[in-house]
Amino acid sequence: MIRFTNVSKRYPGGYEALSNISFHMEKGAMAFLTGHSGAGKSTLLKLIALIERSTRGQLFLDDQNVSRISKRRIPYIRRKIGFIFQEHHLLFDRTVFDNVALPLIIAGYRYQDIGRRVRAALDKLGLLNKERLYPVTLSGGEQQRVGIARAVVNKPMLLLADEPTGNLDPELSREIMSLFSLFNDVGVSVLIASHDIPLIQELDYPVLSLEHGRLANTAGANA
Amino acid sequence: MKRPRKNLRHSQHDWREQLRRVLSPRTFLQRHAQVALESLGRLYRSRVSSLMTAAVIAIALAMPAGLYLLLDNLGRLSGSWDGQASMSVFLKNSVPAKTADALAKRVREWPEVSSVQLVTPEQALAEFSERSGFADVLEALDENPLPTVLVVVPASDYADPAAASTLRDRFSRLPETELAQLDLQWVQRLAAILDIARRGILVISCLLALAVLLMIGNTIRLEIQNRREEILVTKLIGATNGFVRRPFLYSGIWYGVLGAVIAWVLVETGFLLLSEPVANLAGLYQSDFHLETLPFQLLWVLVAAGMCLGLLGSWLAVGRHLDAIEPS
Repeated sequence: MIRFTNVSKRYPGGYEALSNISFHMEKGAMAFLTGHSGAGKSTLLKLIALIERSTRGQLFLDDQNVSRISKRRIPYIRRKIGFIFQEHHLLFDRTVFDNVALPLIIAGYRYQDIGRRVRAALDKLGLLNKERLYPVTLSGGEQQRVGIARAVVNKPMLLLADEPTGNLDPELSREIMSLFSLFNDVGVSVLIASHDIPLIQELDYPVLSLEHGRLANTAGANA
Repeated sequence: MKRPRKNLRHSQHDWREQLRRVLSPRTFLQRHAQVALESLGRLYRSRVSSLMTAAVIAIALAMPAGLYLLLDNLGRLSGSWDGQASMSVFLKNSVPAKTADALAKRVREWPEVSSVQLVTPEQALAEFSERSGFADVLEALDENPLPTVLVVVPASDYADPAAASTLRDRFSRLPETELAQLDLQWVQRLAAILDIARRGILVISCLLALAVLLMIGNTIRLEIQNRREEILVTKLIGATNGFVRRPFLYSGIWYGVLGAVIAWVLVETGFLLLSEPVANLAGLYQSDFHLETLPFQLLWVLVAAGMCLGLLGSWLAVGRHLDAIEPS
């Protein structure tokens, strides 16, 4: 699903956020990405989502080399990826329904299909009775779940989550993580960046550990 | 060697899937209608500021439209004038009808002359009483006071003002002539003035169109800044630049259309207010001249102009500012 071959990312100004990263995550796998802040977790996820471009090395997504893909084709790659952010990036002037529908509208689904798919996603996340509400009226956990609903509504092949439990209490965090397991069970590849080591250790998934932009330990992952 | 082929198949699949969705005409129309309505709804939600913007656009559109219409009406004043200066040669009252006839025939042979029409006093009287509304007064006269007239149209080589006045002098020297007059000199002068005015209005129109363009461009630029977060999020979840651009282009079009409709109301109201005094004035000159605006034609022209300017203005703003907003 994701293959990094000697990937480096150097920001303008010379700071090297990632050096010589190589790993392979199988299709349908789920893995954690850990490391202290500044280790390059976010940068790595941004490279996969093509928000940042690598300065060296090859990056394959679903067997497609995206390291030098043209800017015009980036949106179509992003549609195959569900991205969940720590600060969830919901649009506060739209209802929960409209927020979740956004990826489908972007992809050009028919109006009838949009309603069906959005309700299915909201149902899966236990938000069906909140579809008419605005995000501000929801709790932090619910907002995060709306973010997840938006990420999965398009049935992506890959879910990327950047500190999805960063602002949540342990109880809610565990709930969110079990949701990711559920999606993984139906074949979605999941990569979660998190520094919540205790929670990660509770779950039995491979862990990619970053230290100062280098891959330190790939316990269980196919390096 | 295997990987590239696989890549190709994948991208082809994406590409076909995308094409199928985009080309489905119903989805396409549905999506555009949706975006158009959404943009309209956005304008409505901030209706006071939208109206102010539209009003400024309206004034900028109404100015040239109103001036052009006024000019058009003035042009109509010169009536059936066909652009050729003709001259009237009034013959002395003592000239008998037969001589006048012979003179007309002789003059027709001149190279400077294209055509000659002989108007007898009787014909002139009939025409005059019919047109002027002085029939009653004319009936009170014992005899016909009108002279015989030759209406001469110069050949096209002699139609310029200098040659025409030379020709007039030649007619003046004929013993039968009482007075030779270049009829349509004032019409030519009016036409020249109207030409200058038309050019002036063209310049003003261009400047005001530029003002509308900048106005809409600036409004859209502000809107892009206000919706920065939304643009970032939609780009993050796979929106193409086209998708992000669309609502702003529709906003621009709506501003233009709204401004055009208001401009139309302004022009029509202005002409309605002018029409009565103008009709009164025309009545004093025994003319049934009245202001004409062709309301529907005007509306379509204004709306078309507004739409184009709106689209162009927002396109410029979007092109300059939208690509700069990329997630990081």
